[in-house]
Amino acid sequence: MPVLSANHAVINALSILPTFSETLTNVLFMVLGAVIITGLAALLALVSVYLERKVSAHMQDRLGPMEVNTEIPILKNIGHGWAQTLADAFKLLLKEDIVPAAADKKLHLLAPFIVFAATLAAFAVLPFGRNLIPSDLNVGVFYLIAISSFVVVGIILAGWASNNKWSLLGAMRSAAQIVSFEIPASVSVLVVIMAVGSLNLGEIVEFQEGGIHRWLIWRFFPFNLLAFFIFFVASLAELNRAPFDLPEAESEIIAGFHTEYSGMKFAMFFLAEYANMFLVGVIISTLFLGGWSSPFGSFLNSAPFQVFWVFVKSFAIIFVHMWLRWTLPRVRVDQLMYTSWKVLTPFAFVSMLGVGLWMILIQ
Amino acid sequence: MLYNFATILVFLVFGCLFVGVNLLLSRLLQTRNPFPMKVSTYECGELPEGDSWIQFNIRFYVIALIFLIFEVEIVFLFPWAVVFKHLGTFAFVEMMIFIAILLVGLAYVWVKGDLEWDKPKQVPAQGLLP
Repeated sequence: MPVLSANHAVINALSILPTFSETLTNVLFMVLGAVIITGLAALLALVSVYLERKVSAHMQDRLGPMEVNTEIPILKNIGHGWAQTLADAFKLLLKEDIVPAAADKKLHLLAPFIVFAATLAAFAVLPFGRNLIPSDLNVGVFYLIAISSFVVVGIILAGWASNNKWSLLGAMRSAAQIVSFEIPASVSVLVVIMAVGSLNLGEIVEFQEGGIHRWLIWRFFPFNLLAFFIFFVASLAELNRAPFDLPEAESEIIAGFHTEYSGMKFAMFFLAEYANMFLVGVIISTLFLGGWSSPFGSFLNSAPFQVFWVFVKSFAIIFVHMWLRWTLPRVRVDQLMYTSWKVLTPFAFVSMLGVGLWMILIQ
Repeated sequence: MLYNFATILVFLVFGCLFVGVNLLLSRLLQTRNPFPMKVSTYECGELPEGDSWIQFNIRFYVIALIFLIFEVEIVFLFPWAVVFKHLGTFAFVEMMIFIAILLVGLAYVWVKGDLEWDKPKQVPAQGLLP
């Protein structure tokens, strides 16, 4: 069911016309959805970068960017350097794109395409509201896990193609980290799927409708809470964010896999990274925090409010991500592997066993 | 159903288009002045020493292998989890045995020390092997 609720009405109205025009309408709605979501992803990334700066600044008792503004009358009064990320985007557009002479130029160019396209493709199944799912896949969760690990290919490619030691180290670390934390993340997702009995993201949200007490995070206490915690930690690691930002540890390996990227190619990695943050926010809120459904049951649960709740919940999670980043020191590589394989993976299976037993004993 | 996957294809195409258009725009707007020092590999200001397409630490390979085993296991678990509600005790016990077999594998690499990131020297495992 592609894009927007008006879709069916339009198709019904055109049903007297040949199938070709139906196909055309469908394709048009797909393209429209893709345009909207691409714009949304880019905009959200810009907003998140601005928020990151402001949040980090205020946590460190600074002000952050305060100067960049416009002369447009209404916007002028907002102040607080709100146009800083826009200015950065334009700056990056004008920057020279330096490709190292020793690099594999074709792969060097291909990497940002893979990373950004894979991130955007993951946005296609996100439920923003009851009828606001661009692509209502019946294997939604499975697809999300699959496409989000596709980003690793782009990262490895970027690191390898740069022909730079820092890039290669960063890429290998990043890949090892992402695949290691994918196991506990997937197992904690299984806990949700066992309870709901569906891989469809819309059905997972509908299962949790009716108020805050029905959210999956509270079910099978404390097993689902444990699964939520494991998924949250694993998502931090998969985003390469502090305290797990080893692939981009400035003091050790410069900028990790994108050391040799500059200008717009670098901007694409940056954009994908912040778009991924929002993506993870929506995934966590969908799986554990009721997704689009209002925490007050049927109160404030109309279509515009559903979108509002998705954004509120996701940005709450993004805020916690930022909070952790500016609070915790970076872990070491061996501590990272320890966390994934010796703590999170066994506990994820414990959580799964607990939920399974609980469901069996109740039936 | 097919339309759902077509939508994803459109999204993939748009992702590539977005990057392509931006890179092209940047290409048209930027000034380019590459000279040998600028396009040399960055190595903290020193002259780059050799190639970086080298053989890599085997540790990553071991992690990749463990990951592969668990990932395949999880692929098996997904359909089971979807219908778990209707399957009952027998399927649950069966799947727990399956998981237990794989966890024995995890325990093995754990004891062998392959999950330690820096393994100083090969310590012979005592009592595990003949």
